Amino acid sequence: MIEFRSVRKQYDDGTVAVQELSLTVPAGTVTVLVGPSGCGKTTLLRMVNRMIEPSSGAVLLDGGDVRDSEPARLRRGIGYVIQQAGLFPHRTVRDNVATVPRLFGHGRREARRRAEGLLERVGLPSEIGKRYPAQLSGGQQQRVGVARALAADPPVLLMDEPFSAVDPVVREGLQDELLRLQGELGKTVLFVTHDIDEAVKLGENVAVLRQGGYLAQYAPPEQLLAEPADDFVTSFVGRDRGYRRLSFVDSSGLRAGSVDTVRIGDTSADVPSQAGWVLVLDTHDRPRGWLPPEATIHGQLTEDQLIAGGSLHTGGAPLRGALDAALSSPSGLGVVVDEDGVYLGVVTARQVLEILESGRHPAVSEGAFR
Amino acid sequence: MISEIAAWLLDPAHWTGGEGVLRQSWLHLLYCVFAVCAAAVIAIPLGLYIGHTGRGSVLVVAFGNAVRALPTLGLVTGLAMLYQGSAALAALVVLAFPAVLSGTYAGVNAVPADAVDAARGMGMSSAQRLWQVELPNALPLLMGGVRNAMLQVMATTAIAAYVGLGGLGKLLIEGQAIRHYDQMASAAILIALLAVLVDLVLAGLTRLLVPRGVMLVVAETGAGPRGRREQR
Ligand SMILES: Nc1ncnc2c1ncn2[C@@H]1O[C@H](COP(=O)(O)OP(=O)(O)OP(=O)(O)O)[C@@H](O)[C@H]1O
Ligand SMILES: [Mg+2]
Repeated sequence: MIEFRSVRKQYDDGTVAVQELSLTVPAGTVTVLVGPSGCGKTTLLRMVNRMIEPSSGAVLLDGGDVRDSEPARLRRGIGYVIQQAGLFPHRTVRDNVATVPRLFGHGRREARRRAEGLLERVGLPSEIGKRYPAQLSGGQQQRVGVARALAADPPVLLMDEPFSAVDPVVREGLQDELLRLQGELGKTVLFVTHDIDEAVKLGENVAVLRQGGYLAQYAPPEQLLAEPADDFVTSFVGRDRGYRRLSFVDSSGLRAGSVDTVRIGDTSADVPSQAGWVLVLDTHDRPRGWLPPEATIHGQLTEDQLIAGGSLHTGGAPLRGALDAALSSPSGLGVVVDEDGVYLGVVTARQVLEILESGRHPAVSEGAFR
Repeated sequence: MISEIAAWLLDPAHWTGGEGVLRQSWLHLLYCVFAVCAAAVIAIPLGLYIGHTGRGSVLVVAFGNAVRALPTLGLVTGLAMLYQGSAALAALVVLAFPAVLSGTYAGVNAVPADAVDAARGMGMSSAQRLWQVELPNALPLLMGGVRNAMLQVMATTAIAAYVGLGGLGKLLIEGQAIRHYDQMASAAILIALLAVLVDLVLAGLTRLLVPRGVMLVVAETGAGPRGRREQR
């Protein structure tokens, strides 16, 4: 557990970066600090491992004041991913990660073995271990940064915009990996971002900071979206908050309907009446695309005769995915699949809205997303 | 003229013996290596300290300017008059000092700030940070400083022959005195050649010392590692 007790930070030049702020980060959860640039997120984060000392107030780690620990020792027990990856240019990727176990006095061989395991854990192939940071992409560097922070197996992780330098697709992958790791390892994670979507996705609790180092709201993400505390939070969470909130609404009340289906490789004889849209599956029953009404098939059905499908909704996942599947599908029918991607049925946007309106499932269900 | 120089250089008699090219080259080299090593023994630790702590960076600039302001020959003769020949060596050491100091300081200063920050954040002690992160990444510029110092000292050693220090400069000055221009020109060529040769050796040494990962960064950016050190 991390506890900020009325901490305040005024830099030497008079800038007040954090203003009398109190916040409790529960153990074993991901807590996100979010806010516009310069609102004091990094400053607050760095108080935990004493990279920055508060001007007044105290930071407590598992009940003990961090000032009672010698800085280097304290830091060795806390994983810290800095805002840029901060890799050591002169060391290979593997030795970058092995640096921390080496600091703990492990032998070179043991440290490297650990490093290799960690690189695997963050989804990097083992060949990358022999490369130097200058030979990696930004996203790969950030993964290495995360692996290095995990190397001491610290109970507490501080992450400062660790995924800022990567494109949205890779970023999403890294976020999923973090959630998976968190699920496996149960760390206490304090995560900084200025991206509200990232905050809402990762945080069990989200602290919204305002320019000048004020805490504007501290709440679980679903509450943040449903009941923003003031105009600042409202504008910060943005226009789409109603839609985003669907990420926290359970979709179990949704009854998937059916639609005509055919398989790749079928001939025109197998294709049904053609009155409406027909969903095309592969041999493993996974959706491949759509055939429009009245489509004629010459010979065997192949991929290039299809219209690409929309996003897929995994049964049981939050309602946002179901609505998106329906809206993005060329037929207006959202395709529902199981965990293995096998076709289950279809839903319409109207069905989703009916669920919301009927009030049967509008209750914000905590943790439904995870 | 060229044929006369060639003839002078090809005459074996000019190469051997107490006043010969071989011995004078050796002395020249010895003085220079000694001067640069002696300077480095103090300048490198001092540069590392200043770069690491950020304290006393004014010193680096001051040293550089002071030495640049000194008339080289005046310094050499002045010291030599006071302490005789071997003191000219001390002048060479003083001359080599600022280049090594500023190279080392610039090297530490150019270590990526985020790498140093990460080192601090993972719990490295101040000394660990210096040895494991700052020094290896400072090496390209540090070695650049050493090479600068060596070139300067090489050139000045030629002048130091005026005050009785040996070396290739001696051949040059003698040649001038007796108006043997072939000898003068040959000596000048040899001095330049020796300087190039030593610089090549130092370049090779740099390649050996600088870690591969740092070379990659240097190659990529075309300069030293990225700038650093706004304390965040
Ligand atoms: N060493 C310093 N000296 C003076 N002012 C500083 C210092 N470090 C940060 N600040 C100021 O304190 C405020 C908060 O900075 P901080 O780095 O914590 O912001 P941040 O929320 O992390 O921003 P970003 O999203 O851009 O990283 C800013 O106004 C910044 O200019
Ligand atoms: Mg920041």
